[in-house]
Amino acid sequence: MDAIKYLDPSVQFILFSVLKIVFVFGVTMTAVAYAVLVERKISAWIQDRPGPNRTAPFFVQFIPVLGPWLTRLGIFQPMADGLKFILKEDFTPSYVRTIYFWVAPAIACVPALLTMAVIPFGSQIGGEKMVIADLNVGILYTFGIVSLGVYGIVLAGYASNSKYPFLGSIRSSAQMISYELAMGLSVVPIFMLVGDLNLSSVITYQADHGWNILKQPVSFIIFLIAAFAETNRLPFDLPESETELVGGYHTEYSSMKFALFFLGEYAAMIAASAMMVTLFLGGWTLPGLSDPASSLLGGLLHIVIFGAKMGVFMVIFIWVRWMLPRFRYDQLMDLGWRRFIPLALANILVTALVVAFTNK
Amino acid sequence: MPQLTDLLFYGFAALTLLFGFLCVANPLSRNPVTSAMFLVLTIISMAGLFILLHAFFLAAVQVLVYAGAVMVLFLFVIMLLDLKEEERRKLRKFTVGLGAVAVAAIAGILIKATLSAVPLAAGKAVEGNTKPLGVALFTQYLLPFEILSILLLVAMVGVILLSKKELK
Repeated sequence: MDAIKYLDPSVQFILFSVLKIVFVFGVTMTAVAYAVLVERKISAWIQDRPGPNRTAPFFVQFIPVLGPWLTRLGIFQPMADGLKFILKEDFTPSYVRTIYFWVAPAIACVPALLTMAVIPFGSQIGGEKMVIADLNVGILYTFGIVSLGVYGIVLAGYASNSKYPFLGSIRSSAQMISYELAMGLSVVPIFMLVGDLNLSSVITYQADHGWNILKQPVSFIIFLIAAFAETNRLPFDLPESETELVGGYHTEYSSMKFALFFLGEYAAMIAASAMMVTLFLGGWTLPGLSDPASSLLGGLLHIVIFGAKMGVFMVIFIWVRWMLPRFRYDQLMDLGWRRFIPLALANILVTALVVAFTNK
Repeated sequence: MPQLTDLLFYGFAALTLLFGFLCVANPLSRNPVTSAMFLVLTIISMAGLFILLHAFFLAAVQVLVYAGAVMVLFLFVIMLLDLKEEERRKLRKFTVGLGAVAVAAIAGILIKATLSAVPLAAGKAVEGNTKPLGVALFTQYLLPFEILSILLLVAMVGVILLSKKELK
């Protein structure tokens, strides 16, 4: 390990960045696969069914006790799902706009992965900060990239060149712009308190002054609900509402292209969970564990804490989907423009007053 | 060996020009949606140029506001229009001539400005430049900033007025 210290600083920087990117990408991809499994299991429990409990490679049945147990949990299901997506026929209908039809799924899944770059997912390991890019405008970067995610859906609807996908994509562009406003306004009070747009300093602030969820519950609620709308999850999944629009923007897609939309949705959920943990739940800190780690074990523990907090949000995302019915489109717009935006603006004013009177 | 930032500058500059050209004069497609998408790519490559100037705030806002919001609305409107007519329309000599004059004039101004430019003394890099920007906006440039805000307010009132069919 000592050899690394003697390397050129720029080589070190590149080496550590690549390692962190590989780590975050790998963990996110695995998390996506298993989030799908968790979704299927939770939906099954809510609807009083067992859920996926058969899939397993042939040799697993020879492992006593553990084998059948893992199979019943559905641990091997994501592999089968992935294999199915790859092996299915990738059908391109004759009437689509081919280039956009190919590009749209990629555009849909890339932004969600890019947002992970500024999330501080741990304190430090061996003096190296556990964040890929510690930008001083971290939150603006996230919002900028998230706002690009809508192109994937809009172009998918346009490329499909048929009515239901088009309606879905029109809905999604209106929905995502509306809720982006509410989401952007809801985090302004946080940064008025912290005084910095850098996500690492948001965590440091929370370690010193207590979690933001306690100080800004209104912000948290608006952000949480807007996150559902931004990720196109029920109760706001109007762009793909299968009862009205067949499958919305991805009606014409099959095989791996469909899988990319799916992957984008789950990666967006993971990114939104990570943002909420960072902004409102103190990131990798826990009361009593809020100093940057000095040992390898401590650093790993902080990453585990961050992952656990994210897991809580993932379960909430999934749980809500199977408990609530879909909103009507006018209700969705009404909630965004006439409830959340005024509420967020009032929240900003009140916070500004409090900050003005308590500072000096 | 040239610096990495220089290489990145030329890369992003070339991309900006290429995408800008493809936005207005794409030889392969006359589809307005394609033009709009190339405009988005132009904006994103310009954000890359801002980052090389250490203007992180400007870069982020550029992507957030122009690429993420304004262009989505553009696309929204373009997709609802009937595009077939636009794709078939031929270029008129008059418009081409006017465009050429405009391009020549702007190119002339740019060349003149570049030739007479004095190299700047190396400025100090501003870290965390959101705060200095905010301070500058609310002290030195307060009046223009407020006038711009009022301009936006007027535009907003105007839109509401236009979209209301009958006034009470």
